[in-house]
Amino acid sequence: MSTLMNGARMLLECLAREGVECIFGYPGGVTLPLYDALYEHPIRHVLVRHEENAAFAAEGFARATGKVGVCCATSGPGATNLTTGLVDAMMDSIPIVAITGQVSSRLIGSDAFQEADTFGITRSCTKHNYLVKRLEDLAQTVHEAFYVAATGRPGPVLVDITKDVLQGQGHYQPVTAIHLPGYKVFTEGHTGQIRRAAQMIQEAERPLVYAGGGIIAAGAAAELREFVERIDAPAVTTLMGLGALPSEHPNFISMPGMHGSYAANMAMTESDVLIALGVRFDDRVTGRLAAFAPHAKVIHVDIDPAEIGKNRAPDVPIVGDVKRVLAKLNKLLAESPESTSETVTAARRAWWRRVRAWKEEHPLRPVTSETEIKPQHLMAEIDRLSGGEAIVASDVGQHQMWAAQLVRFNAPRLWLNSGGLGSMGFGLPAAIGAQFARPGKLVFALVGDGGFQMSIPELGTISSNGLPIKIVVMNNGYLGMVRQWQELFYNNRLCAVELDCFPDAAKLAGAYGFTGRTIESPRELRAALEEAVSTPGPYLLNVKVSPSECVYPMVPAGAGIHEMVLGPPQPVAVPSR
Amino acid sequence: MMQVISLLLENKPGALMRVTGLLTQRGYNIESLTVARTHDPELSRMTIVVDVDAALRQQVIKQMNRLINVLQATDLTDLPAVVRELVLVRIRTTMESRTAVLKEAEIFGGRVVDSSTEGYAIEATGDPEKLNEFVDVMRSYGEIEVTRSGALAIGLEAKKLRLQPPVPTKAVTAQKV
Ligand SMILES: Cc1ncc(C[n+]2csc(CCOP(=O)(O)OP(=O)(O)O)c2C)c(N)n1
Ligand SMILES: [Mg+2]
Repeated sequence: MSTLMNGARMLLECLAREGVECIFGYPGGVTLPLYDALYEHPIRHVLVRHEENAAFAAEGFARATGKVGVCCATSGPGATNLTTGLVDAMMDSIPIVAITGQVSSRLIGSDAFQEADTFGITRSCTKHNYLVKRLEDLAQTVHEAFYVAATGRPGPVLVDITKDVLQGQGHYQPVTAIHLPGYKVFTEGHTGQIRRAAQMIQEAERPLVYAGGGIIAAGAAAELREFVERIDAPAVTTLMGLGALPSEHPNFISMPGMHGSYAANMAMTESDVLIALGVRFDDRVTGRLAAFAPHAKVIHVDIDPAEIGKNRAPDVPIVGDVKRVLAKLNKLLAESPESTSETVTAARRAWWRRVRAWKEEHPLRPVTSETEIKPQHLMAEIDRLSGGEAIVASDVGQHQMWAAQLVRFNAPRLWLNSGGLGSMGFGLPAAIGAQFARPGKLVFALVGDGGFQMSIPELGTISSNGLPIKIVVMNNGYLGMVRQWQELFYNNRLCAVELDCFPDAAKLAGAYGFTGRTIESPRELRAALEEAVSTPGPYLLNVKVSPSECVYPMVPAGAGIHEMVLGPPQPVAVPSR
Repeated sequence: MMQVISLLLENKPGALMRVTGLLTQRGYNIESLTVARTHDPELSRMTIVVDVDAALRQQVIKQMNRLINVLQATDLTDLPAVVRELVLVRIRTTMESRTAVLKEAEIFGGRVVDSSTEGYAIEATGDPEKLNEFVDVMRSYGEIEVTRSGALAIGLEAKKLRLQPPVPTKAVTAQKV
């Protein structure tokens, strides 16, 4: 017979059996039993400075590894603080398990101190959620939560546990099976449809591969690469898919969509067969749907049937794990003889000539200046230092878009960003999670001056854990992305976007016990970044960049993605106050 | 036109909220909803009647099927199906109207379930539109109070139910810390 233990200890037993080594959390009244059990347990608890960041850090951990990230919070305010991170994980299909404490079962519904309806509040923020009111349900529920988070289309799962369950005494009963009769995980993909897809691909004259975060979630980068090379088609990866195909791959023509490359958007628009792999035809990618890929037959592979046909009706729908589907497609393509039709071969050659011409016509090229640091210059220097190898956890805004355009990622799970929800304040805590997951890895937290100020408390977490994160603030003095929209679409009537106070980086980092520095001359940039990277431990580099830059290309809201604005309409005055 | 959705789902706390959440999230008003256990006490059968934009109907069904607790969601709107509803009417009668009310109720297959000097309580089942007429007729005889069950639907073609078998846990094989 196993030993008698309380619910809190049993929870840790479950986590340990799931292979959890580290959880990000913040304690409180009803989770006291859990922290008492953690006191003598090998699982590492990382104390963040705000529960939202516990969820973001768990996401950073999961995004950097593919393993389930874990966060925990107390009842009431602790749980409500988690919600942004849960929605973020939901939108980007990131597997995390959130553990929250709940008031004792007999107090639920009585407006008890720090009571909130966590189960109700998080219903729409999670892939699935649970309320555990009986100790005998605890182990089964926790194991189920990990299973649901990690399988199928991954996502966040929350387990709300009442205090009496955490305190109750019982025996851990090994859970041998998960029984979820209604949980449908589609993996294989319909053989007939895969065959049709192969044929359509072989007959395509202007094929384009459109790959997304699903490739990374499925661990299908190798299969994708083989596929792209086998059919020798140009390939784009979405914001969530950066690194799914190495940025240096000769077939890669960058990211499509609102701030995508000219070549990617033109290729989307002109392609005749669009091979969509682990993507969801997000509005930021497609622009005006009616004008999106108007000539293309669409092959859409996704593990979630609800994504198929949601925004664009495919000609060949394939519900399945994109890794397995690609492996089958590769096999079919290898077995069946090359398409020998001369028209197709000639058309493909002409297609590549057009794609290359688009690439050369309007490349994504860093802009530099003698007098000020251009944001694009900063990204180019980060790219140079990274060489496609570093982890870059980005925040949300202009800096995110420039980084996506200009920093190379030669492997999956290096580019970590809040794609679907676009939550400011994501970058720094995500970097924390990633650094715990990959201790020896160079991790940049690339943040805006706005988002950074949402995350400053986490400097404490970084410092007390000695995390060697290189925080680079792209400081343009504005909530830049909002300023850009006000400039371009609201007659430059700038309202509530100016960040006229930013802390002295050296003093701020110094106050937390590490090094910080501010630079503003382009001549200092390279050396300062190198110093940040070579200095052991954390580093805060505040890079003042030109304030008035806008991200281009840009597809205005409601336009087709081929209707890109490639540069500023006329010289823009820097507004002064 | 109204969409009639039939769901088979696990009889678990929160399952109902997850299903209705997909509709309320979009600002749809649920016309009627019935839910009760099936012969298998672990499962419930639910019928929802809701006005969903035609273009979004398939999407809503898919998202319902995606829910962990939902075994099957089916759009019965255009499928062969029987749709029935129960209505209870309490009607005040006068000495003069009593017989006429009874006669009218009979035409609709109504059954008196309570009778007093004040009036009747009458139950009727049938096609929801037929019941509308029944209620209109009853109202013409005097003051009434009405309770309706909401539509219950059953498809007439068997649909293959694809269920996930139990999966062995990772924890079984994992080492104990
Ligand atoms: C939590 C949250 N609030 C508001 C927004 C809207 N928003 C998007 S980008 C942006 C500006 C970000 O400014 P900054 O962090 O300085 O980055 P920049 O765009 O200047 O690079 C804002 C306010 C958001 N994405 N997330
Ligand atoms: Mg800014």
